[in-house]
Formats: sequence, C-alpha cells, structure tokens
Amino acid sequence: MSLTIPDLLFLAIAAFTVVSAAGVAFSRNIVYSAFSLMGTFMAAAALYVFLAADFVAVVQVLIYVGGVLILILFAVMLTHRIADVRVSNRSVGRLPALGICFVVGAMMLTAVMRGGWHQGELQPAGPTTAEIGNLFLTHYLLPFELASVVLLAALIGAVFLSRKELKDS
Amino acid sequence: MTIGLNGFLIVSAIVFVLGLYCVLTRRNAIGILMGVELILNSANINYLAFARYGGGSYDGQIFALFVIMLAAAEAVIGLAIVLGIYQTFHTIDVEATETLRG
Repeated sequence: MSLTIPDLLFLAIAAFTVVSAAGVAFSRNIVYSAFSLMGTFMAAAALYVFLAADFVAVVQVLIYVGGVLILILFAVMLTHRIADVRVSNRSVGRLPALGICFVVGAMMLTAVMRGGWHQGELQPAGPTTAEIGNLFLTHYLLPFELASVVLLAALIGAVFLSRKELKDS
Repeated sequence: MTIGLNGFLIVSAIVFVLGLYCVLTRRNAIGILMGVELILNSANINYLAFARYGGGSYDGQIFALFVIMLAAAEAVIGLAIVLGIYQTFHTIDVEATETLRG
C-alpha cells in the first residue's frame, strides 16, 4: 500500500476537519468553539478544492469565514460574560446524546460502506465558474431569483428583530 | 490506495454526527447554531463529492451554493433572534427561556 502525495494531503485535511469539528462539539468555552468552527470551515473549503469545485470553495471562504463566522463571534461577544467558562457553554444530557449519535453514525457509516454507489467518470477538473453561471441563468433561473428574495427578506427580518424598540412617549 | 467517494462520505458522516451531538447537548443558543452549521457543511461535502464522482454534471455544485446561501440567511435570522432573546431574558440558555411552553 503506497500513499501518494494527494492521499496524504487528503488524510491531513480530513483529520483537521474532524478534529476541529470535535473542538466545536466538545469545547468548554464558546469562544474556542467559534474558532474551531473557523478551522472546520477552512478545512471544508480545502475539501471542496479537492473535489474540483473551485468556485464553491471560494464562496465558502467568503461567506462562511467572512460572514457567518464574524456574525457568530459578534453574537458571542454581545451576549456573554466571556471569562465565565461554566456559564458560557454548558452541555447537558451527554449520555443519551452519545447513544443517539452512535446509532446515527453507525447507520450512516453502514450505508456508506454497503451503498455500492454508482460512480461515473470523474468530472473534468478545471474552471467551473462559467458553467455554474450559465446554469444559474438558464436552468436554475427561478430558484436563483427566489434566493434573492429570500436574502432580502432575511436582511429586513434581521434588522427588524435586532433593533432596539423605540418608545415614543 | 487512492481516495475515492467513500473517503469524502466518511468525513462528511463524522462531521454530521459531531454537529448532531452539538445540537443535542448544547444549552447555549449560539452553540446550537454552530451545530447546525456543522450539519449543513457535511451536507455540502456530500453534494460536492457526488457531483465530482457521479459523472460530469454541475447540479451538485449549484445545490451546494444554494445551501450556503440558505445557511447565511439562517445564521442571520437565528442570531438576530438570539440577540432579541438576550435583550428580553438576559440569558441565552435555551432552558431558561421556556415561557412559550404550553
């Protein structure tokens, strides 16, 4: 059994993904959880590059690391007594949750192993942006436009929910 | 040994299980949102893996982009609600905020 360099790279990235995801799930301090989440997002972007999805990888870094994670950090900073570890990230019901996770994980791994997935020929690795743009403006035009409406609704809803109430008296 | 579809599916399954554990055990609303993000990421890894190994179509990548978009909207709304809860209850422990329980 010989490991080539891409294999080693994949194993390293996969290990980093799993370790940082475990950091999110098990860390006692919510700030550490948030930074582990950044590791998971970056490692997932690296996996996307491995899967020849360059555009999705860049979007992942831009939106998750640049947007969602900053939002989460803002929310953590705005809502917490950061120094207080015990308050900050309590976990309850570990044993039942471990049982459920074990069962679900075993089912998924069994499905993966015995799936016998159809594997066609590999998608050619190359720039994907032009093809994705074409599909967005032809076959997926309606979902694309609906997505813009959803984003607008989310924007207005977030502003409405998180503003301070103005009491006019 | 070459990495195949199964490698990506296994990584994605592990990330999914960790996200599920996070959602089930955290009592902090932001922690639960982080678990949801982990689960969405694992779904995305699956989409892209099947797009790559399933033969030549870009549909999986398009779906992954839609998932990323919806995850961003979900995070924005979820965190706005969390801030609203914090202004009302001065805590974001989901067990302390049960005035809606019937």
